[in-house]
Formats: sequence, C-alpha cells, structure tokens
Amino acid sequence: MERIPILKLGDCLIVSIQVDMHDRLAMTLQEDLTNRIADSRAKGVLIDISALALVDSFIGRMLANIASMAKVLDATTVVVGMQPAVAITLVELGLSLPGVKTALNVERGMDLIRASAQASVVTDEPAQR
Amino acid sequence: MSTKKRSRLTEVIAKHEAAILSTWVERQLAAGSLRRDLMNDVELREDSRRFLTAFAGAIAASPDAPDSGSPAWSETRDVLAEISRSRSRQGFSPTETAMFVMSLKESLFEKLREALGSDPQAFAEEIWSVSLVLDRLGLFVTEVHQKTREEIIDRQQREMLELSTPVVQLWEGVVALPLIGTLDSARTQVVMETLLQRIVETSASLAIIDITGVPTVDTLVAQHLLKTVAAARLMGTECIISGIRPQIAQTVVHLGVDLQDVITKSTLESAFAIALQRLGLTIVRRSAAG
Amino acid sequence: MSPLNGNSRLVRSSEDVVSARQLVREYAISAGFSLVDQTKILTAVSELARNTVIYGGGGTMTVEALNQSMRRGVRVVFEDHGPGIADIGEALRDGFTTGNGLGLGLGGAKRLSNEFDIQSEPGKGTRITITRWK
Repeated sequence: MERIPILKLGDCLIVSIQVDMHDRLAMTLQEDLTNRIADSRAKGVLIDISALALVDSFIGRMLANIASMAKVLDATTVVVGMQPAVAITLVELGLSLPGVKTALNVERGMDLIRASAQASVVTDEPAQR
Repeated sequence: MSTKKRSRLTEVIAKHEAAILSTWVERQLAAGSLRRDLMNDVELREDSRRFLTAFAGAIAASPDAPDSGSPAWSETRDVLAEISRSRSRQGFSPTETAMFVMSLKESLFEKLREALGSDPQAFAEEIWSVSLVLDRLGLFVTEVHQKTREEIIDRQQREMLELSTPVVQLWEGVVALPLIGTLDSARTQVVMETLLQRIVETSASLAIIDITGVPTVDTLVAQHLLKTVAAARLMGTECIISGIRPQIAQTVVHLGVDLQDVITKSTLESAFAIALQRLGLTIVRRSAAG
Repeated sequence: MSPLNGNSRLVRSSEDVVSARQLVREYAISAGFSLVDQTKILTAVSELARNTVIYGGGGTMTVEALNQSMRRGVRVVFEDHGPGIADIGEALRDGFTTGNGLGLGLGGAKRLSNEFDIQSEPGKGTRITITRWK
C-alpha cells in the first residue's frame, strides 16, 4: 500500500507531499502522522506542500485535522511552500486553515516550530539573522 | 438534380485550378489592398495556393450545399485561421485580410461563366452558393483577425500591468508594493498575482502594500486587497497596508468593509518601522565622529 | 446516461477523482488558461467529483472544450443517479459557513467558476455544469 514517507529530524517530523494525492492516501497520511507524533513525542510537524498544485477542501480539512491532533499531542504544525495560485484559490473557495501555521519555506517553518516549542528543537544552533 | 450541379462546381475547379489560382493571385497583386511592404509575392502565392487546395477539397467533399461550418470544411477554416492570424500579427487591416477571400470570387465566377454560360439557371445557382460560402469564410477571416488583435492587446496590457507593478525589496524579508493609479478588477488581479510571486521569490515574510498613489478605493478594490492579504497570510506572509488617507479611511468605514486584523498605517515609513520591529531589527544611529 | 467517449470519465472512486482532475487539466492547458485559472477550475472539479463519488453514489464527468470566436473555455458536467439534493439553496449556502461536507464543495465550486448550473431531483439524481472562460 503506498504511503507518503515521514522523516524525523531531531524533535520534528517532516513530510513532503510530492504526488497528486487521492483521498485514501490523504487519510492514510493523517493516520500515520498522528501515530508517529504520539510515538516519537515530536514537538513539531512540518508539512511541505510546495509540490502541490492543488489544495481542495478535503486536503484542507486533512491539514487542519493534523494540526488539531498534533496540538492535542503538544506539537506545532507548520505547512510550508504553498503556491500562490493555490493560496488565491483557497481564498476564493472560502477555506481558511484553522489552527494551521504557515511559512514560506522549510527554513522559516523550522524557525516557527522552534519559536513555538517549549523545549529546544533540532540542534543548538541559534537562529542566524 | 442538385448533386449534378454540385459536381459541376467541383469539375470546374478541378479542371481549372491552376488557372484560377493564377488569375486570383494576379488580381491580388494588382489590387490596392495588397500590402507589399508587409508581404512578398512568394508568400502570397503560397498562401493562395494552400487555401485554394483546401477550398477545392472541401467543395468536392461536401454532399449538397457547401456549408462552411461543417466538418468537411474544417481544414479550409484552419488554413484561413492561420493566414488570418498571421496577417493580423503582421499589421494587416481586417479589410485587407478579408479581401484575400473575397477576391477569389471573381476568378471563380469567370471560370464558371465559361463552363456554364449556356445554362443561365445553373450558372446563377452556382454563383449563389459560391457567394454564400465565400462570404461566410470572409466573415470568419475577419472574426479571427479581430480575435488575434484582442489577444495581442490583452498580452500587451498584461505586460504593462506587470511592469507598472514593481515589487521592491526594502530589506531582507520585507517587500513593498507601491500602487499608483486607479485600481480596476483586472489590474488588481495581476497585482495580486505579481505580489505573491515576488513574495515567494524573495522569501519575504512581510509585505507592505502602499496605496498612497491610489485616488479612490471602492468596495470591489477593497475586497481584492483583502483577498490578497488573505492569500499572503495563507502562504505565511503578513501584509501591512499603508498610505491610507483620511478620505479612504472614511470610504472604507462607510462601505462597511471589514478590515479584520489587517494592520494599516498612514505612511510607508511607519509600515516599514513595524516591519523592522516584527523582524527583530532596529536601526541605530552611528555616534558622530570627534 | 451520458456516453463514455474520449472526454467522459466514470467517477466512482477516489482514484477517479484524481484522473478526473488530470483530464480537465489537459483541457485547461489547451484552452490557454493561466496557472491561477487552471487551479481554480481543477479545484472546483475536485470538489464536484468527490461529491459525485460520496453523495451521488458514483457517476460520470464529461469535459468539453469551448471554442467560440471571441473566447475559449472549458465546460465540465457531473452527472449521477444518486439520491439528489432536496434543498439546493441550502446546500449552496452552507458553503459559506460550515466548511464541512457537501456545502463547501458546492458553494466553493460555484465561486470558482464563471458559470454554474445545478439540476437535482430527490430520488432521481443530480447534474451539475460548470464553465470557466479564459
């Protein structure tokens, strides 16, 4: 059964969605992620959607669900890399992503996770400006 | 009875295609509507030959009255569309382009008269149906010509809009979009897309949209601006709208536009100050020497 | 029942929703849609295709390229013989508030399209037509 790979980097889980997901695959991801967060006591979840040319209400709900479940498990979720066309369409669609933090790229996303985390995350390199 | 007449037209064209092509090209070269500055004889001959071949084929394939809208005519229409588009781009006028088709009539009528002169009834009917078909093709040519012109204008407009929508990077992580002039729906769309694209390119976590140079803001424009802010936020970038003059502030309140939690500032300067603050940066004056 | 020819697809499973999007993408690109317009129509298609699978019990999608002298566009029709929608006005309105289930799909698809037409009869089925112009 196909699955989207979940990587672990320190206290963070990183998911990069590269395929045109069908609904079942999205549901599997949601389940897998929730399990992994619980198992690994991750502090942050970073979901890279820079390769997604389309985010509809189903994917949107999936992202919001992941964020709420992660929150219950004391982890911050950040979605990164949303394409402009997708953002414009979501606004038109009337879909906001409640509880989902967003950032332009992985680097900024990790900054956000670090900022929200109670404990230190990843390495002990201070954020460079 | 009618199929017999149809095949006559096909016959005439088949027998005299070369002659028809030749007199038609001569006519075009002699006519005032040929733009010799835009097209040479060789091209003209080639265009004419292609069209006539397709036209002859379509006439032969059409069972009864030649209907230029039917599938048998699609190749002819394609050839014409290509020629018309090319002429439009080159700068020919719609009339000049339509004359390409219209002038074929004379050459065709000539040959038809030679072949059917003795049968005025048949001659009249052939003339009639050929006229109908060529007239419609002439109109088709004009429509394609128009549409091509419109596409060119649209593209130029868009390019102008993009040029007049400069998104400047004020500092690492901060971009500013100074809008100047009236904002209409089309322009605001382009503006929105350009800004978001630049935000991605510069990885700007803050964008300042300055509307000092925008005289009026109506509900539609306000909504577009809010949509832009919402889209940027979804991507992870905060927007600040600056340059809000008292009149605009009044209009916005009067129209009941909900600015929600969008930060607004009256000047670009104050917006920039907020941006720096957000980024954790301060500007410090160097102590004077001596 | 619409005939299944080159521009029709059965929409019965979640994989079908993906291939429905891919088919319409080809049409949108051929019509010269900008990236934003492509995204809008594909998102609308995704919503409606999903509704057809989940609420319509499966159905068909038919795409058509519109080539008028003055403009080009893409038209997509979703048809199912499912339970139908009792109160269309309600279903469309929900999209603005709840963000869940059927409502957002319909209202959203409408907002993302230039033209939107819906015909539905409880017990008979539903037919939704959306059009987007370049």
